[in-house]
Amino acid sequence: MRTSRTSCKRPQLPGWGLTFGFTIFYLTIVVLIPLLALFLKSITMDWNEFVATMSHPRVLAAIRLTFGASFLAALINVVFGSITAWSLIRYRFPLRKLLDALVDLPLAMPTAVSGIALATIYSHTGLVGSHPFPLGIKTANSSLGVLIALIFIGFPFVVRTLQPAIEDLDQEMEQAAASLGATRFQTVMKVTIPSLLPAILTGFTLAFARALGEYGSVIFIAGNLPMKTEIASLLIVSRLDENDIAGASAIAFVLLTATLLILLLIQAIGWYFNRRTGRQA
Amino acid sequence: MASHKLKADSVDPWWVRWLLIGATVGFMVFLLVLPLGVIFWEAIRKGWGVYVIALTDRSARNAIMLSLIAAGISVPLNFLFGLAAAWATTKYSFPGKSLLISMIDLPFAISPIIAGLMYVLVFGLQGWLGATLASWGIQVIFAVPGVVLATIFVTFPFVARELIPLMQEQGSEEEWAAISLGASGWQTFLKVTLPNIKWAILYGVLLCNARAMGEFGAVSVVSSNIRGRTNTIPLQIDALYNDYKTAAAFALASILATLGVITLIAKTLLEQKLEQQNVQEEST
Amino acid sequence: MSVEVRSVSKTYGNFTALRDIHLKIETGELVALLGPSGSGKTTLLRIIAGMDTPDAPSTATANADETDGSIRFFGEDVAKMSVGQRRVGFVFQHYALFKHMTVFDNIAFGLRVRPRSSRPSKSEITDRVHRLLKLIQLEGFGQRFPMQLSGGQRQRVALARALAIEPRILLLDEPFGALDAKVRQSLREWLRRLHEEMHTTTVLVTHDQEEALEVADRVVVMNQAKIEQVGSPAEVFHHPASEFVIDFLGNVNVFHGRIAGGNFQPGPLSTNSSQLQSAGTSSSANKIYVRPHEMKIARMKEDADAIEATVERINRAGVNAKIHLQTKQNDQVRVDLPLDQLDALALEIGERVYFKPIQARVFAPDYTI
Repeated sequence: MRTSRTSCKRPQLPGWGLTFGFTIFYLTIVVLIPLLALFLKSITMDWNEFVATMSHPRVLAAIRLTFGASFLAALINVVFGSITAWSLIRYRFPLRKLLDALVDLPLAMPTAVSGIALATIYSHTGLVGSHPFPLGIKTANSSLGVLIALIFIGFPFVVRTLQPAIEDLDQEMEQAAASLGATRFQTVMKVTIPSLLPAILTGFTLAFARALGEYGSVIFIAGNLPMKTEIASLLIVSRLDENDIAGASAIAFVLLTATLLILLLIQAIGWYFNRRTGRQA
Repeated sequence: MASHKLKADSVDPWWVRWLLIGATVGFMVFLLVLPLGVIFWEAIRKGWGVYVIALTDRSARNAIMLSLIAAGISVPLNFLFGLAAAWATTKYSFPGKSLLISMIDLPFAISPIIAGLMYVLVFGLQGWLGATLASWGIQVIFAVPGVVLATIFVTFPFVARELIPLMQEQGSEEEWAAISLGASGWQTFLKVTLPNIKWAILYGVLLCNARAMGEFGAVSVVSSNIRGRTNTIPLQIDALYNDYKTAAAFALASILATLGVITLIAKTLLEQKLEQQNVQEEST
Repeated sequence: MSVEVRSVSKTYGNFTALRDIHLKIETGELVALLGPSGSGKTTLLRIIAGMDTPDAPSTATANADETDGSIRFFGEDVAKMSVGQRRVGFVFQHYALFKHMTVFDNIAFGLRVRPRSSRPSKSEITDRVHRLLKLIQLEGFGQRFPMQLSGGQRQRVALARALAIEPRILLLDEPFGALDAKVRQSLREWLRRLHEEMHTTTVLVTHDQEEALEVADRVVVMNQAKIEQVGSPAEVFHHPASEFVIDFLGNVNVFHGRIAGGNFQPGPLSTNSSQLQSAGTSSSANKIYVRPHEMKIARMKEDADAIEATVERINRAGVNAKIHLQTKQNDQVRVDLPLDQLDALALEIGERVYFKPIQARVFAPDYTI
């Protein structure tokens, strides 16, 4: 005899109302309402005005620089971040633990502090910058400076995403490849790197997304010349200083949308690879 | 669990190993070690006298004070939020849970400048609430409340982010055991949950505090750069640096750098502690 | 009566975890809920504990009783009581000991969290914990941390912690599930002795039939959200009420045959009135269940209805030898014989023999038992 039964609420640990209520309330006040303000400001903007703002050469140059340098920085971080993560996990060498702890430095250091430190070292009179300067290479007040700062802040994202992946890497898989006659190079290219690909992609996108919005560590080293070394974040600040709130919002909207899309892409990457390898997220 | 892996990989030839280690060390020295070193070097290069004066000067004291106020308000609030959010998302199942967790992470994804702008849009004179608040005599943007709000925003997820994965992993069996033994909700939380997450809380709070004291982008948008009034330490560093008062700028920077280094050390210690715990659990 | 479960059902979305369960547990009894995973036994235990709620009874049910869907402790409906108020001692499969507390503090927890008015004095708590430590044979372990104990010791601490609050009912969720076979065996015997001493009404969930048969006063066999049979260990083992029960409790040979001569009757059949035809295909075909030790083997076809088979494998490890036979139809049949009988027969691998059930059971699907 089948009868329809309605399900009762499950007994729960105490505190649901208080914790859930406070979480939603605080999230709404601190994050969602301000976010909504930006969103509404952008979509209520006149379309022609929006296009005019965004197609201003200075804006285009800033966006090109921001996206280009962020992309390149993330790419460089993938190379050096992978090497770093691999060395830190697989090899033993002096000061390894110290270096491992230092990876998080860009996250722990206030961006303004990193900014002046990088600017000082890579300026044409600085510890490092003074060497390539005579050769005509400017490591500060140039787009190269922007790149250096963006490499700096994106670095931990690549390393920290790759480390657990390398740790989880089944070494028996590599041994199996070797036992089947593959050379070490073949093993790395055909077995190791493909299995690290999801982590590499995730690390890349995280570093890229972070670089897009970076401000503090860039502005000191960049020189901030309009059309040349001015990043999008700085342009938002200049627009605000000119009291052009609509213009600032338009650039912010584009930048934020791009960042969120990229982060959504990470989710999709994770979902795709988990489905393929049958792993649980 | 996992078999004990061979850590020192002898598979790679020595020259590959040394090439990769060399690249790692070189890259990290240029990218991380030198900048960290230069902060302290520049701070004390002109002698301890200059260093002390730079830190005790009136505008520096004001900046330190304002940073402490911003951290003093935002850290406890975000700590409470972190506890509540972690409890709500790990002890219950409800539709939209993973969406909620992603939303908690949102402030990480939003650039500090955009965060500042968002607050200008809400509280600025041309914003939603600015005019109303101004008529009551409350100024948020270009004043201390704006600095505090911006700081709350950028440090919003830190405690929650530390607690959620940990509490998820720990499950709620211990809590159920306590409840079944007659403990109340608060007793369960204070006597069972809290001791299990205290180190993660400590680290989350440290991280939150370091970020709160060091936030630059968001705060610079919402503060008037009138020195000594709404300057936090990073804003003061910015002002000093642009005035070519390098030694004073680096002196202030060294405080924040020290805070950052302490945070890193705390993180390393916490990870070691957790690792030890896991090893112990596995060995029995 | 300690616990009464009246027409309890539980669904999770499309999944039915419990379907119209009725169960009475007498005071002082040790009852085992036995079944495979997904049979609903743990859900039932959690509902009794108050960690899960039964579905609200539907009013559409004919002859609906207003007490349907309720759990009663000593005649009192506990639906409105929270876990803490029910005063049940719950022991989790993975112990759920408080890692940061010593063994002593773990056991004392339930007493210390009481409101001041009903909290025992410090010295009383100390006394009681020491008595419990003695009971679980871990005197002198009070200041250790759970991490420093073996699995079996941890489980005993979990039990002492549950007993400290003097529970009205003790609920054990697969208490030995995470332990080695050897430790499990000794803890099982220890639990039984403990029960003889304390006589706390106890419900134990297990998927291990040996454990249930050895420890419990009564066994509740569950399958697919329903109770298949309730009875003493001997009853469920020797008089299984359903195909599932005989299959789940020990090894059994299943013959697809039909029983000729004599009406089809539920319950044990004597082979005298039956004829087994292996792999019969007639319309009255049915499954016939025979336990390996309820068979005999002969080298000659002594009975007309004996079935011919070849000896495939003989395993002499154990009290009985396990003989694997293969019939002409390629069915695998297992026969257990005492070692002396096997020696008397002097069977060889590959040899042709004749086997015959001494006792067989059929279960008519139309009959509900």
